[in-house]
Amino acid sequence: MSIHNILLNTGEWLRGEGPHHQIVVSSRVRLARNVQKFSFPGWAKKTERLQILEAIKPRVEELPEMSDAFSVYSQDLSALEKQVLVERHLISREHAAKGVGSAVVMNKKQTLSIMINEEDHLRLQALRSGLQVKAVFKAIDKVDTALEEKLDFAFHAKLGYLTACPTNVGTGMRASAMLHLPALVMSEQINQVIQAVNKIGLAVRGLYGEGTEALGNLFQVSNQTTLGEKEEEIIARLHKVIEQIIEHEQNARANLLQKQATKLMDQVGRSYGLLRHAHSMNSKEALNLLSFMKLGIDLGFFNETCRQPIDELFMETQPAHLQKGTQQKLAADERDALRADIIRGKMNEFPHPDIGNVGKGPQPAE
Amino acid sequence: MNCDVCKKNSATVFLTQIVDGKMQKVNLCESCSKEKGVTDPTGFALADLLLGLGAAQEIEKGTGVQKCPGCGFSQADFKKTGRLGCPQCYETFADALGTLIKQMHKGTEHTGKVPQRLVRTLERESHLKELQRNLRKAVASEDFESAATLRDKIREFDVPK
Repeated sequence: MSIHNILLNTGEWLRGEGPHHQIVVSSRVRLARNVQKFSFPGWAKKTERLQILEAIKPRVEELPEMSDAFSVYSQDLSALEKQVLVERHLISREHAAKGVGSAVVMNKKQTLSIMINEEDHLRLQALRSGLQVKAVFKAIDKVDTALEEKLDFAFHAKLGYLTACPTNVGTGMRASAMLHLPALVMSEQINQVIQAVNKIGLAVRGLYGEGTEALGNLFQVSNQTTLGEKEEEIIARLHKVIEQIIEHEQNARANLLQKQATKLMDQVGRSYGLLRHAHSMNSKEALNLLSFMKLGIDLGFFNETCRQPIDELFMETQPAHLQKGTQQKLAADERDALRADIIRGKMNEFPHPDIGNVGKGPQPAE
Repeated sequence: MNCDVCKKNSATVFLTQIVDGKMQKVNLCESCSKEKGVTDPTGFALADLLLGLGAAQEIEKGTGVQKCPGCGFSQADFKKTGRLGCPQCYETFADALGTLIKQMHKGTEHTGKVPQRLVRTLERESHLKELQRNLRKAVASEDFESAATLRDKIREFDVPK
């Protein structure tokens, strides 16, 4: 496997499948693990980091799940390639900043990625589209169990898995889902939802954008604490809360259709018009307009065949994805022009929004 | 403990500074600390920022200037980075970390997954210890027949499985 194959093909998790995929974009679980008797990567000197890396990497590569893997040292990836992997959630921002002494191994389907010497010696993560936190946990748990047979993980009888940051100690697990919640944002109920979710120990934050601003109406819900609860308990609670958020979003959509249909159709219509005809578009505007297109498809304004191109555009209009085809770094205005070109190209065949079908649900593909 | 400056009032402010690996400790009373302007000698520590106000102090309180024997990490390093040096740091700074972890998490004890191979190793070790204890007992009571059996069992343990 080469980086080119990875860059050319988007991962399985972007395919827009799985339960509740209209609202739940993806589910992800990551486990933090460290090996006994070594310093954590942030404190270890370069020679020690290299020792750790060489002790771990072969063990990861020989996993059956990694039989057709892409495995690479951090210093062998360009800044742009790393950024593409960050945009696909295959490596973290922190890992993208690493050089000699770190590596990443991922499977061909891009549903499994293992970072070596990130903040912890090992960060194992599994990723799928739709609401699949339980299945995703099972997948990563299996990998963890297999690795545990070969590596001596740092484990404390009382504190559980030991991690570089005490916020991860215990299970070392962060489970999360990415949710698309345009109706809760439009109806200004999102803050209430966020507060309610916070109260039960889960964190909600905008996926893109800083602070409370959530671009593209995309939010990430995850567990905040890692000690004192079993993994399955955390996963079950997260799953339940996500189901409730889905219900709220669906109610908000039904309500908008009933009481603010004009506003809704206007938003979707304007998004369609701008996306199809603009010649310069920054990523913030693109994310927000694509979000309304996605909502429009869910509500039946567009044919179901429009779904995949729109889902792909969410990823392809990100800065690094834009530039990976051009082989050179583009200035902001050049990126905006290219972004608009790509969107127009992809939506070229899109029919006008079908107002007559509003509220009847997605139109089946022909 | 009296104040190092006025030597009269009892000290309530304990300042520990590490400069180039050398530790300096000053104990001050309330009024002297204000006089000297020692309100926040270390500036706004990163640990505070990450873990809530007072986190760096919590770490400091329990550990003095102790360094982790495993990796040479000190509490000053934790203040800077908000990350620990190695797994052993959890033992070295156990007292101070205990308070932090309590504030941060739902519980104080891990109830989830346990690495199975580690469990097997621990079970093996405790089994071995029991055999050795029984062997000593058998020898003491001159039960040489049992002692011989136990000795053989212990020998088997040395063969890795």
